[in-house]
Amino acid sequence: MDNHPWLPNISRIKDMLREIGVDDVEQLFQDVPRDLILRRELKVGYDSPLPEEDIRWRLNQVAERNLKLRYPPFLGAGAYPHSIPSVIRFILSRSEFYTAYTPYQPEVNQGLLQGLFEYQSLMAELLEMDVVNSSHYDWGGSLAEAVLMGYRINGKRKVVIPESINPLHEEVLRTWVSGRELEVVKIPVGKDGKIDLDFLSSLNSDEISSIYIQQPNFFGVVETELEYVTDWARKNNVVSIMGVSPLSLGLIKTPGELGFDIAVGDGQELGIPLNFGGPYSGILATRMDMKLVRQMPGRIVGMTQDSQGRRGFTLILQTREQFARREKATSNITTNEALIALANAVYLSLLGKEGIRELATEIYKRSHYALKRMEDEELGKRKWESDFFEEFTFVFRSDYDRIHSELLRRGIHGGLRLGPREALFCVTEVHTKRAIDDLVNAMKEVA
Amino acid sequence: MWRQAYWDEPLITEYKGKGRQGFLVPKEDLDVEIKLPEKIKRGKEPELPEVSELEVVRHFVRLSQMSFGVDTGMMPLGSCTMKYNPKIEEETGVADRTHPLQDQDTVQGNLEVMYEMQRWLAEATGMDECSLQVPAGSAGELAGVLMIRKYHRDQNRRREEMLVADSAHGTNPASAAMAGFSVIYIKSNQEGLVDLNVLKGTISDNVAGFMLTNPNTLGLFEENIKEIAELVHSVDGVLYYDGANLNGILGIVRPGDMGFDIVHLNLHKTFGVPHGGGGPGAGAVCAKGKMTKYLPYPIVSKGERYYLVKPERSIGKISVFNGNFGNLMRSYAYILGLGGKGVSMIGRMSTLATNYLIAKLRGVRGLELMAPHRFRKHEVVFSAKKLAEETGVTAFDIAKALLDRGFYAPTIYFPPNVEEALMIEPTETEPIEVLDQYANAIKDIVEKAYSNPSSITSAPQNTSVGRLDQVKANHPSTMTPTYRVLKSRLASQGRK
Repeated sequence: MDNHPWLPNISRIKDMLREIGVDDVEQLFQDVPRDLILRRELKVGYDSPLPEEDIRWRLNQVAERNLKLRYPPFLGAGAYPHSIPSVIRFILSRSEFYTAYTPYQPEVNQGLLQGLFEYQSLMAELLEMDVVNSSHYDWGGSLAEAVLMGYRINGKRKVVIPESINPLHEEVLRTWVSGRELEVVKIPVGKDGKIDLDFLSSLNSDEISSIYIQQPNFFGVVETELEYVTDWARKNNVVSIMGVSPLSLGLIKTPGELGFDIAVGDGQELGIPLNFGGPYSGILATRMDMKLVRQMPGRIVGMTQDSQGRRGFTLILQTREQFARREKATSNITTNEALIALANAVYLSLLGKEGIRELATEIYKRSHYALKRMEDEELGKRKWESDFFEEFTFVFRSDYDRIHSELLRRGIHGGLRLGPREALFCVTEVHTKRAIDDLVNAMKEVA
Repeated sequence: MWRQAYWDEPLITEYKGKGRQGFLVPKEDLDVEIKLPEKIKRGKEPELPEVSELEVVRHFVRLSQMSFGVDTGMMPLGSCTMKYNPKIEEETGVADRTHPLQDQDTVQGNLEVMYEMQRWLAEATGMDECSLQVPAGSAGELAGVLMIRKYHRDQNRRREEMLVADSAHGTNPASAAMAGFSVIYIKSNQEGLVDLNVLKGTISDNVAGFMLTNPNTLGLFEENIKEIAELVHSVDGVLYYDGANLNGILGIVRPGDMGFDIVHLNLHKTFGVPHGGGGPGAGAVCAKGKMTKYLPYPIVSKGERYYLVKPERSIGKISVFNGNFGNLMRSYAYILGLGGKGVSMIGRMSTLATNYLIAKLRGVRGLELMAPHRFRKHEVVFSAKKLAEETGVTAFDIAKALLDRGFYAPTIYFPPNVEEALMIEPTETEPIEVLDQYANAIKDIVEKAYSNPSSITSAPQNTSVGRLDQVKANHPSTMTPTYRVLKSRLASQGRK
C-alpha cells in the first residue's frame, strides 16, 4: 500500500526511519521473539481497503437483511422505541464533543464538563435525588454497581430483588456480583402483579444488604406500596434501591419523594435510538449523604471556580476511582457512556417541564387504548388488574406464537413472548392510533 | 496563536423564559382517563427548563466551542489511543431502529455484522472466539477475571491471588478486586519489564492468573513473554491480556501466539470508535482453548442462518442486551475501510510515529527516558523529574502549557513507577508535520521552564478558563455535584 487516507505517513516512512536511525520498520520490533512474529497479513475486513461507496453499499446490504417493519416494534422489556428529536443527532455530531476524551484537562473541556453537569442536574430534578454520576453502561450495570455500593456500606451478603425484575437485569446483576458471592433472594409477586409485602416481614434483616424494586415492574405494573419498602429498609439498616423508567416520572412518584437511598435506570428512553441494544446509558443517583456519596462509583462533575474567580467545572471525588485507588477503588469503571448522558441533557432540555408530563400522559393513554382494543376484540385479557404504564402483559385465548408469526408476515412485530399464550406489549408515542388499530385488526384476523 | 472560545454561558436551568418547549409531543385524540392511584402520582413538577429549540441548539453549540476533541487538535494521551475517527463511521446507523429483543429471523443483517466482527477480532488477537457483550475495556476485564474465577471453581479449587504488573492500568487491580481476588503486584526491573525472578518467587498454587499488558504502559514489549506464559501455565494459571495497548503491535504479533488465554479489546482505542467525551466505547472479550466455554453470552453462531448461543459454562451477561452494537457498527466500517492490508499496517505505523517523536525529543534538557536504548511501541513515557528539580516546573505544568499551544496534554503521573511521568501516544493517524509541531511545543515549554518558569506555571491562559479550584470542588462544605445541591445550600444559608 502506498497510500491510505487514514495512514498519512506511509509516503514518509523513509524520512522517519532516517530520523530514528534505522533502516527498516521491522527493526523497531527486534525485541519480539522471532518465532512469534506473524508472517502474513491479518484476515480482517475484505482484504483490500474499501472506498466509501463500497462501505455504504455493504451497510445498505446489512439493513436489507433485516426485516423491514411497517411500524416500530411493540417491544419494550428494557429498550423502548421513542421519537428522537433531530436536535440530538445534530448536537452529538459536534466534533468537539464526540471526539473528545474524558475531560481530565478541565480548562480545555469546560463545555463538555458543563454539559455533563447539566445532565447530572436535570436527572437529579427528574428523580428528585441530589447526586447523579455521569453514567454507567446500562440499567443492569447500574443496578449491579448500586448493589455493590450497598455491600460496601453495610457488609451484609444478601440482596433482595422482586420476581417482577426484568430477567435480563437480573442476569447482569448475578454475573457482576458473582465475584463477591452475594446471595440473591426473591420477593414473590402477589395476585395483583405487585410485590408481596408480607414477604418482607419473613426476612432476617441482619443478613440483608440491599433491597431492589423496579418501577414500573417488568410486567408493566405500577407498584403502589413503595413507602412501605423504604420504611422497612430504613428501620432495618438495609440500602434501598429503586429502578425506574425515567419517562414514567412525568406522572409517577419519584425515588426521591419515596425516600430511596439509590435510584438506577437507563437513559435510553431519553432521546436514544434502539441501536439493537446499545449504546444506552446507566443512570445512578443517590441522596446527598456522604456515606453514600463516598461509595459512589464512576465519574462525577462538580461546579467550582477558576483562577480568575469565574464559574467552572471539573471532575470531583476522583480518589474513589480506579486510576487513583486501584484495587481499593469503588469500581473498575473508566470509559462510560458520557455522550449518551449528554444526549439525555439535550433531550430533557427540549422536552422540558411541561413536555415530560405531556409525553408520559400520551404514552399512558396509548398503551391503555391498545389494551382496551385487544380486550374489546376478545383476543384475551390482561394478566393483572393493577394499573400499568407503557407495557402490559396480555393472556391470549389462543396460541401466541402463531399470532406472532402471522403478524411478522404482515410486517408488524408484536410483543415479547413470555409463555405459550402470554406476551408483554409495549406502546409508546411512536405507535400511532392507526398502527395500534392495524396491530389489533391483524391479530383478530389470525387468532 | 490559538485561543479557545469563552462564553459566559449560563446553565440551561438558568434560562429565564417561561412556557416554552423545544420539542412537540405527538398527540392522538383517545378516550382514555388516567386512573393511577393518587398515592403514586408525582407530587411536584420537575424543575426542568422551559426553552425553545433554538435556545437549546445555541446553548449546546456554545458548550461544544469550549471543548476539545481529536478533530480539534492532536491528543497524544498515553494508553488512550486517540486516533482519528473516520467520518464514514457516522453513516453506520442503518440498524438503529432495530430492537434488541426482535425475533432473530428479523435481524439477520445485524447478527451477520456481529458474526464477522467476532471472527475478525479473534483473528486479530489470535484467539478462538470473541464475545461482543462488553461495552468497554474494564467491563471486558471484569468478564475475563470472572472467567478465570469460574475456571478454577470448575477444577474444584479456590485460588485467591491475581497477579498484576506494577506498571498496569488501574483497572486491572480494580477488576480483580471486583471479582473477589486479592491483588499481588509484580515489580518491574530496571529495564521497565516484568522481573522474571520476582515472578518465579511469587508464582504458586494459589495464583489464579496474571493480568498483563503487552506492550506495557511504558510502551515496551515484554520480550520474556514466552517464559512468563510458561511460568503462569506451569501452575495452571490463566494469562490475561489487557488490550488497551494493542495498537502498537497490531498485525505484527498476536496475544494468542504469545501464550495469552483471554484478551479484552477496546474498540474505541484500537478499532476507530470515537471516545465520545469519555464514552460510549465498545469492547470484546476473546478466549482460546479451554477458556472459550466461559465467555459471556450471547455469541453469534452461524448455521443455515445466524443465531445467538450461550457458551457451555458462560459466566453470564455483562450488558443487558448485545453490548454497544451502535459502536460495533462504527468499528465495522473502520475495519472495512482499512481492509486486512491497512489493519496490518497499524502496529508498524503507530510504532514508527512513537519512535520518530522520541528521536525528535531525545536529549531535551530536563526530560529523561528509562531504558533509552529500547524501541518503544505505541507510546513513550518521559520523566520530567529532573526538570521539576531544576526549575520547579512539573509534568502538570507542562500539560497545561501544551493546552495553551493548541495541543492536548499527554497522560500525566502514570504509570506509577515513573516520577513526573509524561505518557505520550501519537497513534498512526497524526501526520509527520504535526508530530514535529508537538515536539517543538515541548521543546519550547522546556526552554521557557529554564528561562521564565512563571510563564509555564501560570498556564493555561488561552483556554476557555484558567486552572480550576480543586479544593472548593471537592470539599464536603462546598462540593456541588448538581444544581439541586447548590439551590438547597443557598436556601439553607438564607440566600436566594
